[in-house]
Amino acid sequence: MSQAPQTSGEKPEFIAPGHTLSTVSDKITKIVLTRETPRGWYLGFGIAFLLLMVLVSSIGVLLLKGIGVWGINVPVGWGLAIINFVWWIGIGHAGTLISAILLLFRQDWRTSINRFAEAMTLFAVACAGIFPLLHVGRPWLAYWLLPYPNTMSLFPQFRSPLLWDVFAVSTYATVSALFWYVGLIPDLASLRDRAKSKPWKILYGIGAMGWRGATRHWERYETAYLLLAGLATPLVISVHTVVSFDFAVSVIPGWHATIMPPYFVAGAIYSGFAMVLTLAIPLRKIYGLEDFITVRHLQNMAKIVLATGMIVCYGYAMEAFFAWYSANPYEEAMITNRMTGPYAWSYWMLLACNAATPQLLWFKKVRSSTAWLFVIALIVNVGMWLERFVIVVTSLSRDYLPSSWDTYTPTKWDWGLYVGTFGLFLALLLLFIRFLPMISIFEMRTMVPAGDEAQKKEPHA
Amino acid sequence: MSQAHVEKHRCFGVLAEYPDGAELMKGIQKAQADGFTKMEAYTPLPMHDIAHQLGYKNPLPLLVLIGGLVGASVGFGMQYYASVVHYPVNIGGRPLNSWPSFIPVTFEMTILFAALTAVLGMLALNGLPRPHHPVFSAEGFELASRNRFFLLILHYDPVFDADKAWRTLEGTQKLSLQEVPHP
Repeated sequence: MSQAPQTSGEKPEFIAPGHTLSTVSDKITKIVLTRETPRGWYLGFGIAFLLLMVLVSSIGVLLLKGIGVWGINVPVGWGLAIINFVWWIGIGHAGTLISAILLLFRQDWRTSINRFAEAMTLFAVACAGIFPLLHVGRPWLAYWLLPYPNTMSLFPQFRSPLLWDVFAVSTYATVSALFWYVGLIPDLASLRDRAKSKPWKILYGIGAMGWRGATRHWERYETAYLLLAGLATPLVISVHTVVSFDFAVSVIPGWHATIMPPYFVAGAIYSGFAMVLTLAIPLRKIYGLEDFITVRHLQNMAKIVLATGMIVCYGYAMEAFFAWYSANPYEEAMITNRMTGPYAWSYWMLLACNAATPQLLWFKKVRSSTAWLFVIALIVNVGMWLERFVIVVTSLSRDYLPSSWDTYTPTKWDWGLYVGTFGLFLALLLLFIRFLPMISIFEMRTMVPAGDEAQKKEPHA
Repeated sequence: MSQAHVEKHRCFGVLAEYPDGAELMKGIQKAQADGFTKMEAYTPLPMHDIAHQLGYKNPLPLLVLIGGLVGASVGFGMQYYASVVHYPVNIGGRPLNSWPSFIPVTFEMTILFAALTAVLGMLALNGLPRPHHPVFSAEGFELASRNRFFLLILHYDPVFDADKAWRTLEGTQKLSLQEVPHP
C-alpha cells in the first residue's frame, strides 16, 4: 500500500506532494467516468442487494402481521426499533460534524473526507427513519404525526419530545440532503464537462443545473455553503439532544437524567467517526486514494474517536455516580440491575467495547495503522449499539414495580429489519461511489499549492 | 464599418483563457483600465480576490436572516395557534401557552426555513438552473471546471466593441482568445 511519504520527524501531509489543479480533477473524475468498476464493487453490491431483500421481506412480514412479530412486550415497548433508530441517527452525525463544524473551524483536512461522510449521513438518516415509521404500528397513517388541517380538528401534541423528534429528524434529513447536493453542484459540472457519452453528459448536466464557475456564482455559492454549515452545526447538536429528550423527559430510572443530551451528542459523534473510519479505510485502498485520504486524516479521526470516547466514558461513570449519590432506591436498583441483572452481559461488553478498546488510540503506532484503526472502529460501532441496547432494554424491563417486570428477546424479524438496513445503507453508498465523486473535487483544488496560491493572493493595488 | 456593426450584434462577448489566477487578475485590471465594467470571470475554484476586483455585492446573508425569522414565527405561531386558539385543552390549569416546550419545534423550523432560503436564494440569485448559456459554446470552455481561468467581456458593456475588447485582451498573457457568438 502506497502511503503518504513520512519523512523523518515531519508530519504526513493532507495531500501527497506533486498534485496540481488538473491532476486532482482528473484523478477523482476518472473513478466515476472512465475507470473500470472494480470487481469488489459488484461483489459488495451483490451482498448489499441480498441484505436489501432481507429488509424488504422483514418489512413485508411486519406489514402483513403487525408489530407482534417483533419481540416487544408490555414493559419493553421500545425494542430494537428504537435502538437501531438512535444508532443510525448517531452515525449520521459525524458526517455533519465533518462537513459543517470542521468547515467553520477552518480545518482544511476535512476536504477529502467530507463528501462521502455527508453521503453517509444521508443514507444513515434514511435507514434511521425506517424504524420509528414502522414502530408506529400503522405506518400508512404516519402522516398523523405532522400538523395539517384535518376534519377532526386535531393537532399533534406539541409538548411531547416524540413530536419534537419528528421535526428534528425531518429537518435534519432535509438540511443534510441540501448540504450534500449544494456541495455536489460544481463537481457535477466537472463531470458534465468531462463525460464522454451523451446520456451521462445530459444527466450530470441536469444535476449541475448549468453551473459554469462564474465568479459571481462562486461568491453566492460560498456564502450559501458557509451559512448552511453555520445552520447545520446547531442543528446536529439539537437533533441528538431531542433524541435524548425522548428518554430524559420520561420518568424511567436510568433515563431521567440531565446528563443525557451531552452524553448522547458525544456518543453520536463517537460512533459516527468510527463509521467514517470503517468506510474510509477500505475505500481509500480499493480506489487508490491514499494521496488524498492520507494517514494524517486517519490519525486526526482517531484522535476525535478517542476524545469523544472519553466523554462517553464520563457519561457511564456519571450514571453510576448519580445512582449512588442521589440515594434514590430506583436509580440504585437500575445500576445494580445493569451490572448484575439478566442483561449484565450487554453492560460489561459495552464497557469493554467503548471504554477499554479506544484507550489503544493513545498509542501513535495504533493511530497510524490502518488495520488497527479498522478493527477498533468496528468494535466501537458494536459498542455504541450495545449502549443503546443497555439504555433501552435494562431500564424498561425493570422499572418500578416488580410485578410489571418482563424480559425482552428480539425475534428474527427484529434482527432481519436491522440487518436489512445495512443492505439499504451499503447499496446506496455503493451507488453513490459508482456514479458521483466521493471526494469534493473543487475543494480539493483549493488544497493543491497552485489553487491555494490562486485563492489566497491579495488583490493588487 | 457595417461589417463590424453586424459582428457587434452577433457577439455575446470576448473570452480570454488564462493559465492561472494571477494572469486572470492582470487581465481584469487591464480591461478595467480600458474602461470595461461588465465582465465575468470563470474559475475552477472560488476566488475572493477576483470577486473583490469585480466588485460584487451579495444580499444572500440578509435573505437567510429573513428566512430564519419567518421560520421561527411560523414554528412558534403554529404551536401557539394550535394550543391556545384553535383547540385549547385545560390540563389541571396549566398554562395554554407553555412556551418552553414550544422551543424545540420553533428552533427546527428556524433552521429549516433558513437553510431552504440559503439554497433556493443562492440558486435564484445565480439564475440557476439554466442548462444552457452562450459561454458553453466557446472552444475549450470545459476546462473552466478543471484547471483554466477565463475572462469574458460582455456585449452589454456600455463601451463594448468587439474589436476594442479583442485588442485589450490580446495584450495580456492569455492562452487563447475568441469571440463568443450570440445564440
